[in-house]
Amino acid sequence: MSEFALKTALPQYLRQEQELIQRLAAEEGLDFFPIVFEILSYDQMNEIAAYGGFPNRYPHWRHGMEYERLAKSYEYGLSKIYEMVINNNPSYAYLLEGNSLVDQKLVMAHVCAHVDFFKNNFAFRSTDLDVGGKTVDPTNRPKNYDPNRRWIDKMANHGSRVRKHIARLGINKVEEFIDHCLSLENLIDPHAAFHGKRKKIVEDDDATAEVPRLKSKDYMESFINPEEYLDKQRQKMEAEKERQKRFPERPERDVLGFLLQHAPLERWEHDVLEIIREEALYFVPQMQTKIMNEGWATYWHSKLLTEKILNASEIIDYAENAAGVLATSGGRLNPYKLGVELYRNIEERWNKGQFGKEWEECDDLDAKRHWNLRLGLGKKKLMEVRALYNDVTFIDEFLTPEFCREQKLFTFAYSNRNERFEIETREFKAVKEKLLFQLTNAGNPFIYVEDANHENKGELYLRHDHQGLDLKIDYAKEVMRSLVRVWKRPVNLASITETKQVTYRYDGSEHSQKTGKAA
Amino acid sequence: MSLKIDQDHSRFRQIVKGKIRENLRKYISSGELIGKQGKEVVSIPIPQIDIPHFRFGDKQQGGTGQGEGNPGDPMGGSEQEGEGDGKKAGQGEGQHALEVDVSLDELAAILGEELELPDIQDKGKSKIINAKDRYTGVRRVGPESLRHFRRTYREALKRQISVGSYSPDKPVIVPIPDDKRYRSWKTEAEPVANAVIIYMMDVSGSMGDEQKEIVRIESFWIDAWLQRQYKGLESRFIIHDAVAREVDRDTFFHTRESGGTMISSAYKLCSQLIDDHYPPEEWNIYPFHFSDGDNWSMDDTLLCVDILRQKILPRANVFAYGQVESPYGSGQFIKDLKEHFGADERVVTSEIRDKDAIVQSIKEFLGKGK
Repeated sequence: MSEFALKTALPQYLRQEQELIQRLAAEEGLDFFPIVFEILSYDQMNEIAAYGGFPNRYPHWRHGMEYERLAKSYEYGLSKIYEMVINNNPSYAYLLEGNSLVDQKLVMAHVCAHVDFFKNNFAFRSTDLDVGGKTVDPTNRPKNYDPNRRWIDKMANHGSRVRKHIARLGINKVEEFIDHCLSLENLIDPHAAFHGKRKKIVEDDDATAEVPRLKSKDYMESFINPEEYLDKQRQKMEAEKERQKRFPERPERDVLGFLLQHAPLERWEHDVLEIIREEALYFVPQMQTKIMNEGWATYWHSKLLTEKILNASEIIDYAENAAGVLATSGGRLNPYKLGVELYRNIEERWNKGQFGKEWEECDDLDAKRHWNLRLGLGKKKLMEVRALYNDVTFIDEFLTPEFCREQKLFTFAYSNRNERFEIETREFKAVKEKLLFQLTNAGNPFIYVEDANHENKGELYLRHDHQGLDLKIDYAKEVMRSLVRVWKRPVNLASITETKQVTYRYDGSEHSQKTGKAA
Repeated sequence: MSLKIDQDHSRFRQIVKGKIRENLRKYISSGELIGKQGKEVVSIPIPQIDIPHFRFGDKQQGGTGQGEGNPGDPMGGSEQEGEGDGKKAGQGEGQHALEVDVSLDELAAILGEELELPDIQDKGKSKIINAKDRYTGVRRVGPESLRHFRRTYREALKRQISVGSYSPDKPVIVPIPDDKRYRSWKTEAEPVANAVIIYMMDVSGSMGDEQKEIVRIESFWIDAWLQRQYKGLESRFIIHDAVAREVDRDTFFHTRESGGTMISSAYKLCSQLIDDHYPPEEWNIYPFHFSDGDNWSMDDTLLCVDILRQKILPRANVFAYGQVESPYGSGQFIKDLKEHFGADERVVTSEIRDKDAIVQSIKEFLGKGK
């Protein structure tokens, strides 16, 4: 490695650019945490990228695997990482040594917008370390908002904790357990931070269950509280009582959290599982806002660079790079492209007043095309959108049939007849539905802990909330191994496979399954 | 300075090599990136270990995309993930992955060693001398059409200056017959060792992507091996369902037809190709045919046997038939071939059940050193 690469501070000329870009971004109304730029050689860049952006993580072969992929793609000129930025306060961002000045400027502007997004988008409130579960209202935050997001330190601490366990127990043992935990890493509740404290209903056991009645005069009693109604109420209360006997009381989506609290774990196992869960939760907001976040950064770098920063000699280089960023190859959806186009669409609509009741109800295509109330609300709306939406709500609210057509969106599906993926339809409703489905729960299936004492044998009973797609069964069986490793008792999983209800079971040595009736 | 990642990386490499944590090996898939090194396209192995999660099955899922195309058109690539040139080869044994830092030629050598392939014995064709004329010198006699103007002029100029008949004021040069110079040639003898591989593939409805992937991998290795054996290797590609046509490499591996299967159509075209372009005295001819073995009718099979016996076998070094297992194929054709050519050394057949069987099949094809 070259000696230069060891000095990661920005050189003078880039520092000047940084100051200029940050000033211009702030003038436009972006509001970001302080940003620390570091300049890295490509192997340092690949290393940090392999660790998910953090210079210090817990040791695991998975990072080595990622590093190999990145290093080989780079060495063969297939791809390289331009930028990386970490949701941290202050934010750390990395520039690749040897990139052209235009590229560096682009990255810096891009990063400013990302950091603005980290700071202002509500989803990222869950990564504030100093609020401890008090993030219930994500929009309500103090005036001088300066949260503790020192995740770089936290991840480094995780690293040293894991290293300590390795030193004590040997790498194979710890690594194997980490593998199991990683298999479970998507079994979290992405909204956990916003639940607040669960209300505990303490009830007197002895309290005679009085069926609540609606107030009525005597002669009206049989009409206002008819027998059927009372029966129903009674049944409800019975069911409620029945439920309270169960454990957990209601299906628990935070499977990892549940295991952490209730599985018979050794101290070190508990520690490792906790680390995996915390880190998984940290990355949740980034997955929930991929389109919005990249779109926002792209919107701002193109605006700042083309309007303020670049001179005429740099514009071609910039355009070439921008075209690469926004390219959609092979018909795949590019989050950068989709995001930025949607923001621009929103800006235009709110500038021209193309929203609200009158707009929605207007059937005259020509009038719609020339609709311009000159409201100029675009920028205000954009700032609001970036704070209050995530990808799901963003698409749900702002994807219009016109936009869908202009952007040539489509859905694709696997054709059994031709054994390939084919374009299915361009119909707006279908496209939107599919897109939302993919984004919901980051494309993961919904799995709940239904019963932790299944058949009174201390077995874990999970249920897959089937919403049209089957689980990949070979994978699911492997995950059940990991669950047994953590729960230390047999594990059951209820799901639907090829329209049949199936309960899978793994008892620690053997897989079995029971097929129920057709779903 | 060493990187922190080195430790994790070497651990990962050891897992891939199967030295530690053997239980993880079953998750290894050998992905590949397609890169370019000079003119050669190389496959860069990216072994990946997929940590199992609860997730949806691939085929039901589908997704959303952006771009041109009509409903029913195929998507570019069949994987949902991956950016840029990333292309996954799907499941397979990690150890088949090519190491990147070897050249194609070395690879072929390694292949040869691994499979103990004998070097190919030429059909005696390299003894055939091909005469080739090359213009290399100058001489005093020759046809006017080969007159070397500049040399002739120079000779004339030299002569006129030496006899004093040249005047700078009036520079007229008149060559006499003695001045004339002519280009001359030498005839060089070149041993011929040319080979052509004629790939034929059944693209009828029953050949799926996985079957084609097998054909692709197998033909890559056959190409690499024969490339090493012959200097001028040509490849021709024929696809067929009920009719056959010649296509380029790209189309060969990506076309999807549907319909019935008439293997004879391909054999006819193959024979035609040999007639037109590859006189067997000069060429080593290797027809390879891949199919799932589901031919249209017995009559057609008999016709195939006939064409093979009459037209193709007498001229080819070896005729190779690879039968790829598909969910629909009846697999009859390979039996028919065995029945008719059981003892004939020139016909090699091989059944390729899955990707793991490729190595064995290559060995069967090339193991005889023909």
